[in-house]
Amino acid sequence: MTALLKRPSRGTAAGTGSTALDLALRFRALGLLIALAVLVAATAAVNPRFLGLQSVQDMLFAAAITVLLASGMTVVVLTRGIDLSVGSVLGLSAYLTASLLSETGAPVVLALLAGLAIGAACGAANGAIIHFGKVPPLVATLGTLYIVRGLVYFAAGGSRVNASDLPRGFLDFGNGSVLGVPYLFLISLAVLVAVAVFLAGTRAGRDLYALGSNPEGARLVGVRAGRRLMTAYVLCGALAGLGGVLHAARFGTVDASAGHGLELTVVAAVVVGGVAIFGGSGTVLGAGLGALLLAVINNALPVLRIDQFWQQAIVGALILAAIALDRLVGLRAARALRRKGSHVD
Amino acid sequence: MSTETLTARLRDSAAVRHLATWDAAIIAATIAFLVVAAQTVEHFGTARNAGYIILDLAPILLLALAMTLIVTTGEIDLSVASTVGLTSAAMGVMWNSGIPLETIMPLAVVLGALLGAVNGLFITGFGLPSLAVTIGTLALYRGLSYVLLGDTAVADWPRAFTGWVLGTIGETQVPNVLIPLAALAAVVAVVLHATTVGRAVYAAGANPIAAAYAGVPVRRLKFWLYVASGAMAGLCGVFWTLRYSSARADNAFGLELTVVAVVLLGGVSIFGGKGALPGVLAAVVLLTALQNALRLAHVSTEALTVVTGSLLIAAVLAPNTASAIRGALRHRQRRTV
Repeated sequence: MTALLKRPSRGTAAGTGSTALDLALRFRALGLLIALAVLVAATAAVNPRFLGLQSVQDMLFAAAITVLLASGMTVVVLTRGIDLSVGSVLGLSAYLTASLLSETGAPVVLALLAGLAIGAACGAANGAIIHFGKVPPLVATLGTLYIVRGLVYFAAGGSRVNASDLPRGFLDFGNGSVLGVPYLFLISLAVLVAVAVFLAGTRAGRDLYALGSNPEGARLVGVRAGRRLMTAYVLCGALAGLGGVLHAARFGTVDASAGHGLELTVVAAVVVGGVAIFGGSGTVLGAGLGALLLAVINNALPVLRIDQFWQQAIVGALILAAIALDRLVGLRAARALRRKGSHVD
Repeated sequence: MSTETLTARLRDSAAVRHLATWDAAIIAATIAFLVVAAQTVEHFGTARNAGYIILDLAPILLLALAMTLIVTTGEIDLSVASTVGLTSAAMGVMWNSGIPLETIMPLAVVLGALLGAVNGLFITGFGLPSLAVTIGTLALYRGLSYVLLGDTAVADWPRAFTGWVLGTIGETQVPNVLIPLAALAAVVAVVLHATTVGRAVYAAGANPIAAAYAGVPVRRLKFWLYVASGAMAGLCGVFWTLRYSSARADNAFGLELTVVAVVLLGGVSIFGGKGALPGVLAAVVLLTALQNALRLAHVSTEALTVVTGSLLIAAVLAPNTASAIRGALRHRQRRTV
């Protein structure tokens, strides 16, 4: 509802629930930034080296791939969908591009394109099953999670690509940085900005919000649901494929289990970032901040002398807190709307 | 006759027809597979191997029984495998602190029920989507089991108990666990298919608003289903710990996907309101036996992941395609008339 109503109501009735919701949504990004700042400050107080170049770089490296995949996942979740296959797609792309490079020594650009293409193909398969087969996204992508992971195992057959087999330039790209910022993080940032512009400023992007808010209504006003859903899943798949190339470049050693279980981290980042799991609301900036927060928590735990084993429990608690908060904000906004005597319920 | 009863009757008959065909298909496929595998795969058809298959399917079956009810109400519980892990880890901690196993086992089931109640509270109490909540508790419960046990294992479980779980009845090759498993499956089948609770489960899944108007306490029902799901996961944690004689934080990791796959493959609709237990039971047997046969035939189990994924999609795609074709045919018929 929010996305559809935002524009008209801002002009006609300033101070109604829509702007309150606006504030709440902006507050989410702000809240995440505050949480990040507090966490970083507290950790740095314990050990100032947490803000050292090496430590910050480690965090950016760790966040890069999650931020990238979270951007794609946001687009899908906005349409009321989900893509559980991203971890497997990342694995497939990582293994195939790594073996391509080790056998032919192709340039980095070609590897990036190959990864994008592999991911886009998987995404197109997801989109087709969901749109044409009318299979719910959860089921379809759970199925492709298995299938694609099986394909990785077939392709790898128990072997793996070692860092020594990969071209020097590729590994330099994966571990290099400019002014202390890793190339990988710059790529993720560029993708995030591009997706943000796409979602906020293009007709296709607004259509995705409309489809997630009210699928029937969106169809009635002429949104081409099939085309838009395909776009969303192809984009999400392509970014997972790109993530695979970055994974290979960063770690050098790639076996069939690359990206195993990554889908949960990505969904967690998106949900913590304030993207509603039932579609129609949220921003890619929030999702990116969510991914960054998870990476920072991960790196802060050892500094704070908290057992590394707490990491996953904290992620789980954050997810629950985030969706509970969303619900609370939603209820308050609805109440505010009703008090103002608005026609929207 | 009021239109209400008429439509209800129509829907019921359509649902029944759908179930009859899908259940029959999956049961026939299971029987056909068992027969063919027994003829072609060496050692598959032996009584001893059948015992192994039953031990392998036990955890999936325990979780699938509750998951069937939950998915039928239109919800989902992705936290079950993590609940198994956490109860198993908690068993390890309790055992290390010297509590007797006779006390630990019921406590593990109670702990599972409590963890399920947390899910239920978030979902029915706060009105949050079950997918998001149980993804959260999936991470939370698994994380807590690592907090409890780290990467250590507790393995000194008493022989008397582990032996019973792995043992067979008397001189036969029938595993001891078959009897409690069959009893539980029978109880769930009766509840779902022959009681008002079962009808309420279908009603809540088919149309929650109509069900609420008809007097079904939808939220309370769902809450208790999550409690039941947690208790089953706790029981599964006990079984897993004793079967492998090992309490570890990563026990049953990733099993939730297999359980959801089996339930959907068994013909339960992810949208709720449709499904039946015989199909799910057949799917549990089919998947476990398939895995077993592949292992015996030295085919890589990776092939199984591809088969599982494809079957999962096909289970939803096939009825959709069939109804689309039926719809198209009916449309054409009407036009020619």
